[in-house]
Amino acid sequence: MAERQSAGAGLLRRLRPRRRDEPAPGDPRNIGWLYVLPGLAFYVLFTLAPLVHTVYYSLFSWDGLTAKTYVGLSNYSSAFVDSALRSSFVHSAVLIAFYAVIPVILGLLLTAALTRHPVRGFRFFRTALFLPQLIAGVVIAQAWTWIYDDNGPLNWALREVGLGSLARPWLGDFSWALPAIGTIGTWVTYGLCMVLFVSGVQKIPSTLYDAARVDGAGAVREFLAVTLPGLRGEVLVALVLTTINALRSFDIVYNTAAGGPGGTTLVPSMYMYQNAFLYNKVGYAAAVATILAVTIFVLAAIVLRVGDRSERA
Amino acid sequence: MTAGRLERLGSYGVLTLFSLLAIYPILSILFLALHKKTDLVTGFAFPTHLDLSSFKAAWTEGRFGTGFLSSFIVAATVTVVSAVLSIGTGYAFGTMRFLGDRIVFPIILLGIIFPYEATVIPLYYDFQDVPLIHLHLLNTYWALILPQIGQSVAFGTFWMRAFFRSTPRSLIEAARIDGATSFGVLWRVLLPQARPAVLTMSVLVFTYTWNEFLLALVLVSGSQSHQTAPLGLSFFAGAVRAGDPTKVAAAAVLVAAPILVVYLFLQRHFVRGMLAGAIKE
Repeated sequence: MAERQSAGAGLLRRLRPRRRDEPAPGDPRNIGWLYVLPGLAFYVLFTLAPLVHTVYYSLFSWDGLTAKTYVGLSNYSSAFVDSALRSSFVHSAVLIAFYAVIPVILGLLLTAALTRHPVRGFRFFRTALFLPQLIAGVVIAQAWTWIYDDNGPLNWALREVGLGSLARPWLGDFSWALPAIGTIGTWVTYGLCMVLFVSGVQKIPSTLYDAARVDGAGAVREFLAVTLPGLRGEVLVALVLTTINALRSFDIVYNTAAGGPGGTTLVPSMYMYQNAFLYNKVGYAAAVATILAVTIFVLAAIVLRVGDRSERA
Repeated sequence: MTAGRLERLGSYGVLTLFSLLAIYPILSILFLALHKKTDLVTGFAFPTHLDLSSFKAAWTEGRFGTGFLSSFIVAATVTVVSAVLSIGTGYAFGTMRFLGDRIVFPIILLGIIFPYEATVIPLYYDFQDVPLIHLHLLNTYWALILPQIGQSVAFGTFWMRAFFRSTPRSLIEAARIDGATSFGVLWRVLLPQARPAVLTMSVLVFTYTWNEFLLALVLVSGSQSHQTAPLGLSFFAGAVRAGDPTKVAAAAVLVAAPILVVYLFLQRHFVRGMLAGAIKE
């Protein structure tokens, strides 16, 4: 379910103002515009302009068919008191724990377990760990719908080991549907985090590990003093990406519980979709989309800011 | 020494466990797909015999011939066009300075964290009647191709710029002294070396475009002949899952198959591209 944007991984870091001196990229040649313009035109016309257009729509009351009525910021004031919207963001927060926090912690623990000894054949494992990244969200949703199915492997296993009382149709359960979807997110991201961290560890100078061992550091100390600081950049990148993915999640939610049961898996992008294309509240949907976009940009900025500060410290 | 060996064994144990967990959900639908409805599958559903009838049924009933064709047309067009455009932008940002480059580049990079969910509403309405030129693009391939080129150019620009910056300056300077034009430098000197970088970029863009769902749902739902494979799968699952999960599983395996095959052969490119940000810089 890798999203196009996630490919960029830590590209985000490039958005930060640079403190180090950057060598000039080349000769002053305004012919560069000739090479930039075609690509830029597509980007501006089909990505940036629609975003601006969304913000514009959010200032209107519109059913998508009849004439628009300008309503100023009233879509936003309705959004502010809309309990469904608020709970969709609460659900997003839960998903962030599953998509971002758990995979990063899991990835770090696994990496710690692997750094004490060079692991041969990591490439082989990497192939498997990376697999969830390339599968379409719709396909992932079908696979997990089966796993969570009443007759699926999970319930079957529970019944086999005598925990049949716990078996349930997970995606149809009011309190379990959201964690069940979150678990899918954990499954999608932990391998990426692991591969990211393991490749990061390989760039930490081995002299640091030697020094730690000479000082008699145990596994825990070594992890806290050498591995964790050395992976700061990778952890930051992983957190930004996975948090954004959690906030943007649509494919998996739509194709599993679809917001239900009883709105317990409603997420902002789903709510936007419903308002725009099912309830014909286009202006309001645009306001939801704008709020989601702003949230994502602000969160990305905050994580990068915090990361930047810890870098300076 | 025994402690060390134990630890190593533990490392491999942990790696094996998590690798299996990563593969299992995919295996589980493959197992399910190898059954047919009347098998009344439960649990791990390890197939005892090879029964491909669900695949056949899914392919025809879900009209995946059309879905695959649409997905292929869209993904191939987006990949080729955005590669050409990104080579251009990457070349300019990577080897030249020009008025405004320091403003424009960050704006393009913004596209990498860009929540494109926030663009589907105006795309839907504008493609019904494109402003100024009054074209109807909704429910055509263009509705999927154009926005995805825009999105892919952001990543492509970043990726190709990094590549062009890493090529030795002396190479470009030597070509210029020999009187090569800027296009000559790109075409004859830089591009021949850029093949692996371009391949990595193309593999990723193709994958993301193939897998895309929300845009297809919003922009081509109304035309059965333009539906992409993932959209077809979503509709097929909605209609059939309750009655016959094996057919839906087969359809899901079919939709994932092309990317999985490419992954087997070009794995290095996938991993390299997706780890790009962390490794570059």
